[in-house]
This record gives sequence, C-alpha cells and structure tokens, in this order.
Amino acid sequence: MLRYLLRRLAQIIPTLFFVSVLIFVLQQLLPGDPAIALAGEDRDPDTVRYLRAKFHLDEPLPVRYWYWVSGALRGDLGESVRIQKPVTELILEKLPVTIQLAAMAMLIALGIGITAGVISAVKKDTWWDYGANVFALWGLSTPNFWLGILLILVFAVQLGWLPASGYVSPFEDLKANLSAMIMPAFVLGNAIAAVLMRHTRSAMLQVLSSDYVRTARAKGLDERVVILKHALRNALVPIITLGALEFGTLLSGAVLTEQVFTIPGFGKLIVDAVFNRDYLVVQGVVLFTATVYITLNLLADLAYFVVNPRMRVR
Amino acid sequence: MLGLAVVGFFVLLALFAPWIAPYDPLATSWSAVRAGPSAAHWFGADELGRDVLSRIVWGARASLLAGVVSVSISLALGVPIGMAAGYLGRWVDAVISRVTDAMLACPFLILAIALAAFLGPSLTNAMIAIGISATPIFIRLTRAQVLSAKSEDYVEAARALGNPHLRIALRHILPNIVAPLIVQATLAIAAAVIAEASLSFLGLGQQPPAPSWGSMLNTARNYVDQAPWMAIWPGVSIFLLVLSFNLLGDGLRDALDPRHK
Amino acid sequence: MRIVFAFALVAVSFATQAQTLRIGLAEDPDILDPSMARTFVGRIVFAGLCDKLFDLDEKLNVVPQLATSYKWSADNKSLEIKLREGVTFHDGEKMDARAVKYSLERHKNMKGSNRRGELAVVSSVDAVDATTVRINLSAPFAPLLAVLTDRSGMVVSPKAAEAAGEKFGARPVCSGPFRFVERIAQDRITLERFPGYWNKGQIHFERIVYQPIPDATVRLANLRSGQLDFIERLAPADVPQLRSDGRFRIAKIVELGYQGITINVAKSDLAQKNPLGKDPRVREAFELSLDREALVKVAMEGEAQAGNQWVAPSNRYYAKSVTLPKRNLERAKQLLKEAGVANPSFTLMTPTASDAQRIAQVVQAMAKEAGFDVKIQSTEFATALKLQDQGQFEAFVLAWSGRADPDANLHQFLSCKGPLNGSGYCQEEVEARINEARTSLDPARRAAAYEVVARQVQKDRPIVYLFHRNWLWAHNAKLSGLRTVPDGMVRVQGLRMN
Repeated sequence: MLRYLLRRLAQIIPTLFFVSVLIFVLQQLLPGDPAIALAGEDRDPDTVRYLRAKFHLDEPLPVRYWYWVSGALRGDLGESVRIQKPVTELILEKLPVTIQLAAMAMLIALGIGITAGVISAVKKDTWWDYGANVFALWGLSTPNFWLGILLILVFAVQLGWLPASGYVSPFEDLKANLSAMIMPAFVLGNAIAAVLMRHTRSAMLQVLSSDYVRTARAKGLDERVVILKHALRNALVPIITLGALEFGTLLSGAVLTEQVFTIPGFGKLIVDAVFNRDYLVVQGVVLFTATVYITLNLLADLAYFVVNPRMRVR
Repeated sequence: MLGLAVVGFFVLLALFAPWIAPYDPLATSWSAVRAGPSAAHWFGADELGRDVLSRIVWGARASLLAGVVSVSISLALGVPIGMAAGYLGRWVDAVISRVTDAMLACPFLILAIALAAFLGPSLTNAMIAIGISATPIFIRLTRAQVLSAKSEDYVEAARALGNPHLRIALRHILPNIVAPLIVQATLAIAAAVIAEASLSFLGLGQQPPAPSWGSMLNTARNYVDQAPWMAIWPGVSIFLLVLSFNLLGDGLRDALDPRHK
Repeated sequence: MRIVFAFALVAVSFATQAQTLRIGLAEDPDILDPSMARTFVGRIVFAGLCDKLFDLDEKLNVVPQLATSYKWSADNKSLEIKLREGVTFHDGEKMDARAVKYSLERHKNMKGSNRRGELAVVSSVDAVDATTVRINLSAPFAPLLAVLTDRSGMVVSPKAAEAAGEKFGARPVCSGPFRFVERIAQDRITLERFPGYWNKGQIHFERIVYQPIPDATVRLANLRSGQLDFIERLAPADVPQLRSDGRFRIAKIVELGYQGITINVAKSDLAQKNPLGKDPRVREAFELSLDREALVKVAMEGEAQAGNQWVAPSNRYYAKSVTLPKRNLERAKQLLKEAGVANPSFTLMTPTASDAQRIAQVVQAMAKEAGFDVKIQSTEFATALKLQDQGQFEAFVLAWSGRADPDANLHQFLSCKGPLNGSGYCQEEVEARINEARTSLDPARRAAAYEVVARQVQKDRPIVYLFHRNWLWAHNAKLSGLRTVPDGMVRVQGLRMN
C-alpha cells in the first residue's frame, strides 16, 4: 500500500511537466498577438512594442518556457497583464468560490445520481426506471447556460425567491451566499447527476446479475442489505472514478454556468483570460487546477484500492 | 428500439433536409421577424424572419454530425490507446497515463480554441476539437475496464492457454469492456451536441447563417421572453436526440453484454 | 458574542444597502490606471473614481471640472488652464498644477501608456503657479480640450502614482467623488464616498458597486429582481417589455461612435485579389445593396440612427450635403455588370457578439439580392485584432465607441499612418483636410474640411458607415438625476435614489 502510494506520488511530477508543456504550447497555438490584444481596440504601436518586450514575447520559446517554469517553481506565477494582480492572488481569490460551487454541485449530483441509479436498476423496466431515466436525460440534454437562464427567469424574476446572479462571501452573509449558489450548483449538479445515474444504473445491473449477489440472495439476506452492502459497494468502482473526474472538471471551472450566474470562479477567470490573451493567468490557473485535479485522481485510485479487494492482490 | 427509431428519424431528417424543409433555412424575411407560430411558419420565425422549422430540419445535419463524428474520433483514438495502456502496462501505461492526466487537467475550451485556430473556424474543425478533447475520458475508461477485465478468470485462463496478446485483447477483453464504452459514448454524443453549441457561441462552430441546434439555442436565449418558440424547438430537438441516443445505448448494451446472452 | 457581531454586520449591511448604487456593466473593465486603461466600461468606472480637467455636457460642450477656465494663446500652440482650488486627492494630497503636470507627463511618457497617441502633440507642460498649468503644443490641436474630458484629462495623485509605479491601477488614487475600496476580478469593483470631494453636495450615495455581467438577459434579470439599480446596454429587443414595467425607466442617447464595415482597400495584397477591395464600383454596388433603415429596424430593433459618416447626423460636424445613400438594387446590379463581376464574393470578418452577428447576417441577405456572395467568418476579439493589423481580411464589421471630438473617430482610422487604419486607405486630399481640421480651432473651418473628407470617403468607401447605436440604459424608476451625455459614461454627480 505504502509503496503504491509513493509510486503514485512520484507520477505527479511527469504529469505536471506534461501539463506545463501542453498548456504552454497550446497558448502559443492561440492565434492573435498577446501584446496587440492587451493594448486593445485603440492600441498604440509604441505600447504594443513595449508590451512585447516587457513580456519577452520576442524571445525564443524554450527561453520563455524557462522564465515561466522557473518562476512557477519558486511559487511566482507572474501577474495578470490585464488587471495587474499577481496570478497567485487571483487563484486565492477564486479558490473558495470554486470549491464551494464544486462541492455543492457534487453533493447534489451524488445525491440525485446514485439514488436515481440504484432505484432504476433495482426496479428495472418499471415506471420508476423510466421516470429516473427521463429525469437524468433531461439534466443531460439541457445545455447549462440554457437551464441557468430558465432558472433565473423563474426563480429570480417571476417568483423573486432567489437572487438572479452574483456572489456573496459565506463569511459575510451565509444565507445570501447559499441562495446565490444554489441555482448554479443545481445546474452543474443536475448535468453530472445524469452521468452518475447512468453509470450507477449500468454498474448496478451488472453487479445484481453477478454470482455473489445471487449467492447473497440465496442465503436469504435482507434485500436492502444485499443492494446497499453487496451490490452498491461493488458498483461504486466506476462511479468513484467518474465522480473524481467530474469533480476535477468542476474545479477547473464551470465556464458557461459561471458566466450566466456571474460567479467569480476559475472557469470565468480562465476563459476571460484566454480571450484577452492574458496568458500568464491562463498558464498559472491551468497549472494550479491541474495540480488539484491530479491529486484528486490519486485519491480516486486509492479509493479503487479500498473498495476493490481483488486489485489489491496484484 | 424506440431509441433506434428516433435516431433513425433524425438521420432521415438530416439526409432529406432539402426535401423536407418547407423553406430555405437561410431565407430572411424582414416582415416575419420573430413572428409567432402560424400556418405559414409552424414553429414560428427567428430574429431575422427565417423559418424555425426549416432551420431545425437543416440543423439536424450539423448537430448529428457534431455528435457522431466527434465521438467517433474520440473512440477511434481513445480505445486503442486505452487498451494499450491497460493491457501492456509498464512504461507504455506510464507515459499514456501521464499524458492523459495532463490532457484531462487542461480545460476543454483552451484545447478547442487552439485547435480550431490552428485549422480555421468551421463545423468540421469544431468536431475535431470536441473529439480530441473528449478522448482522454475514453482512454481512462478503457484502461480502467481493461485493468479490471485483466484480473478476471477468463482472461487469466486465456493467457494460461498461451494465446497471443493481440488475440486476448481483441477477443477476450474488448467484448467485455464494450458495454461501459457504449454507455459513455452515448453520453458523449449528447455532450458533443451541447459542446458544439458552446463552440458556436465562441465563433468556432457552425458559421452563420447556417443553422445548428446549438447555435439556434444560443441566439434564442436573447429572446427568451419575446420569442420562446425560437428556443423551445432546438431545445426539444436536442433533448429528443440525446434521449434517443441513450435509449439506443441501453438497447445495444443489453444486446452486446455477453452475460445477457 | 459572535452572534451579536453577526447581527451587527447584518444591520450595517442593511443600513448601507439603501445608499449603495449598484451598476451592471456589460464587460469586465481592464486595468484601472487612466494612463493604461483602454476599455469602454473602464471609463464608466473612472467616472466615479477620477475627476478630469474638463467634462462634457449633454450637448457635447466642453465644460470645466477640475479646471475653472482656459485660454488659448494667440498662435493656438499653448493652452493655459486655471485649476480649481481646494481639491484634494483620495490620499489627502493637494491637487495642484504640479499634480496636473505630473499626470499629463505620465500619460504621455509612461511605458505602456495608451494615451501617447492623443497627447502626441503636447511638447511640454509648465506649472506656471499653484493653480495655473500651461500645455505647450508642437502644433495647434483642436481636439485637445475634448481629449482632456477623457482619461488623458484625469489627474492622479503624484505621491501614490510614484509609490505604486506600474501597479498604480491595482489601487488608483484620484480626486473623484468616490475612492477605490476593492476589486474582485470579474465580480465587482467597489468604491466608497470620498468625504473630501470638492463637490460633495452632489453626491448622494455612500457606495457604488460596479458588477460586470456580460449576458444582457442576465443583466436585465438582475435589474428586474432588484439586485441592480442600473444597467448599461440593455438589449434592444428588451425595450418594449421593460417600458411597460412601471418600476423601471429607460434612458437612451445616440452614441458618439459608429458601426460600419471596414474594407481592405490597400492594407495588404488581399485588397487587389478581391473585387470589393480592388474596384470602387463594386464597393458602391455593395453600399447600394444595403437598406440602412431596414438594417437598423431588424438588427437593432430600431434602436439606432442610420448614418453614413463617422459622426451621427445629429452631430454638429456631420456634413449635411453628403446624404445618406438610398438602396438601389438596379443601379447596384448595373455597377457590378460594368465592373465585370456579376457575383462578387468576399469574406466578412465578424465579432462573436450577438448584435454584430445580426448585422452581418442582415447585410449578407441584403447584399445577396444584388448578387453578392458574402461569407461570414465569426472571429473572436484577439484574433480579429491581429488579422486587422496584418491586413489578413477582406472586410470586417467594426464597432467604435467614439470620442467627443470627431477627429478621434476619423484620424486614427483614415489618415495614411493612422494606428487603427484597417482599410489601408491613404488619399492626399483626405489626409490634408483631416490635418487641417485637426489644427484649426475654428468650428466653421473644421466643418468645411470634414465636408470635403466626407464627400471623398463616400466615393472611395474604405469604410461603409452603417449606423449609430443608442446607448440604452435601464434603471430603477426611483433613481433620478441621470445625465444622458452621448459619451455613454454614467456620471454619478447628482444621482440619487428617491
């Protein structure tokens, strides 16, 4: 176990290296000139030249990569060219928001997804099953921005129960915070719930038809115990992987949802930075979210280990 | 079966769009701007007076293509790579897994923009971008499935009998991992249809005035109050298409799963 | 204890709530340094934060703000400005001639400044005495006063600017009615009332919060649900419905800028490869294929004024003798026949914003009737700027937010070496007249020069001007004191909630 853990930890380094190269190269592929984009619509040629020199845009790529990576290793991700804030500060500013949104969305997704998945598998081919399927599909087939706008129109404008958008810190006003976050969290959670429900259902069906569940049932165990303890536990393997992947994706930002609800999280930060070619922000934030993502992957793999005893032997 | 029927319906719609659509999907009419549903325009007209029904019919092409082609790309890339990683293990697995992790950790949008920029904005390039961005999910899923299949008795048995690796991979492992892949693929098609909408939004998908459901929905959100029909029909179409792909996936899974035979 | 504290916080937040003005912006502002800033929405925030030497009134007259009066020298090459006394910066420093000299020099000389172009003719600045500044020019420059009503006229605290250097924008210190509190990127910019403001009788709010909300539907939803008091750029389609809602008011002003189509006539060799860039007759046919009134009606719901020049027909510098061309498909087709291309094709680069996409599609449909095959290529902002600078386009949809002096809508775009000259246009007569209008302070002479330019540009069509949008503002009906100045800035002086 310990050896496995150490090996996985050692893998993080090459992965992060690939991430840094990938994001750096992608950034170069982006069309447009960061200096021109930063100087904007009424750009002054002198200013463009100055920005180009200031950000080493004329130097060879490996040199520029080295500037960035060596800074990152020292914990210095540079600063936003557009608003002159250090990238690390921006990350710290958005981190609590992103984590809260992701966690709330994930709770909603797990709650709805696993429950609906188990029900529809156990009650296969009944109206329960169809109902759960349709519900999940509805979540999956409704684009986030669209659902978001519908929710705003209904709950904020028509009914006036919730604020239309915006973010309030939970330390300032917890109630206002929750009422601002519930709609975006639901929109995000709803889509992920659909994915989880599908996988839970298919994994449960497979497990329910397997020998040991049949054995457990034959032993006369209570059906609830069979389903929750024996079947669900084994069906959780793919769900954990997916859940961790989805959570990681949530942490690297829920772009359109954040846009619609004007939630200042990573998604909005990265996308705006991409369009403004605020490239140090893009690189820095992606590197950071990648690190988080990779850590989550590691945890998911460990969970694999815990719930799937057969793999532990190998 | 119902799924197959609905998917088939949309495929026919896409194939025979020129004969089915009552109007030219690009024909504007200043007198019909955001006109409500009527005998002339069953689904109403959009912000430039174009017939929404005709655009839905033609849009089926773009959206079906976006869904199917991009997921085919991810499958074609992801499954072999994932199998190689899971089956061969060792350094092959290490390199593939690290690069996959790295790709997964990069936001989809940056990848998509960079690729589309490389190739020039168009529907085709949006499909390629979506396909490549969705590949790592398939690599990971395939690898995970291969890993657990590898520890199954029948694979151990096949290996003990001295079967060549490729044969084991194709004959014994692949059929057993197909089910979750199909489930994921049907979901990915749905996600790809929606991803196409997001890319259209960024100017990297279907180029106006050609319709796709995604871009129609995108325009429609500016008129949610004034012209709800502009949004309802593309929304319903996306929903039905996604629903039917999922039902189809279910059917296929049951048919393909060896344990159900 | 903690509970009591929490209650106190809630109580405070309710108390201040009533005196907080919440403004929804259509974009996220860039850096809040008047020297480096470049976005339209950034200027809206500056209106609360930084006072300028001069301001504009509703009729576009230049009126004093930090200045009290001004005088041109006999040769029009130096401008003497008397400053308001007793004005302090947010950090308590005194606003005097030294500070003005420092600010102007900073705008002009600082590396990375975007003000260099408009202050290029300034050769030196003298602090004559504590309240008198003299700006010396290398040549007479008519737009100078107008330039000083915008970011170039903003005076920053020398002490704060010196200490912060390039980071000044992270915590700007000016002498405006509100001072900077905090900025959470992409979420909000908070300002609080500056008690030492020289004109504090006009300030009726404790705080202003500017929130960027890019989606017009969501921005409006926030206004309707009471999260915002004021939004800029209401979507034209939402006007009728909101008008029927008594809780809100709509204000509109014709913008200073314009919407148009820039055509590559000489920017790169692409110009000669395309009939539109090569042959003025094809451009004329293109323009004749367009029905501006219908375009405004369909693409902008009528919330714009059709136009054919760089200033709106209501502007004092609009050349009335150069009239709006009427649609004429017959003539357009005939011109195409004469040019030997019955079905010219060109690519129209279009921003991804929904109004630009509508304009492009309507133009495409109209031009098609004359035989044009217009291909729309949606291009996001940063890519588009690069392609424009490189001349890698045939035509593009251009939106310019506009400036008070017509020179800033014209010189940069159509003078031979203009930094924003996307079409590559360079015409001797036009060049001479633009410069004449720049260096003459006589409005009549300037108008005459612009008339010549308008006539020539109408003939050559490097830019086909289409229309001038209405700035559409929507706000809580209780908000009063709003001033509709065509530059689209939200002036906070006099604003109050009844």
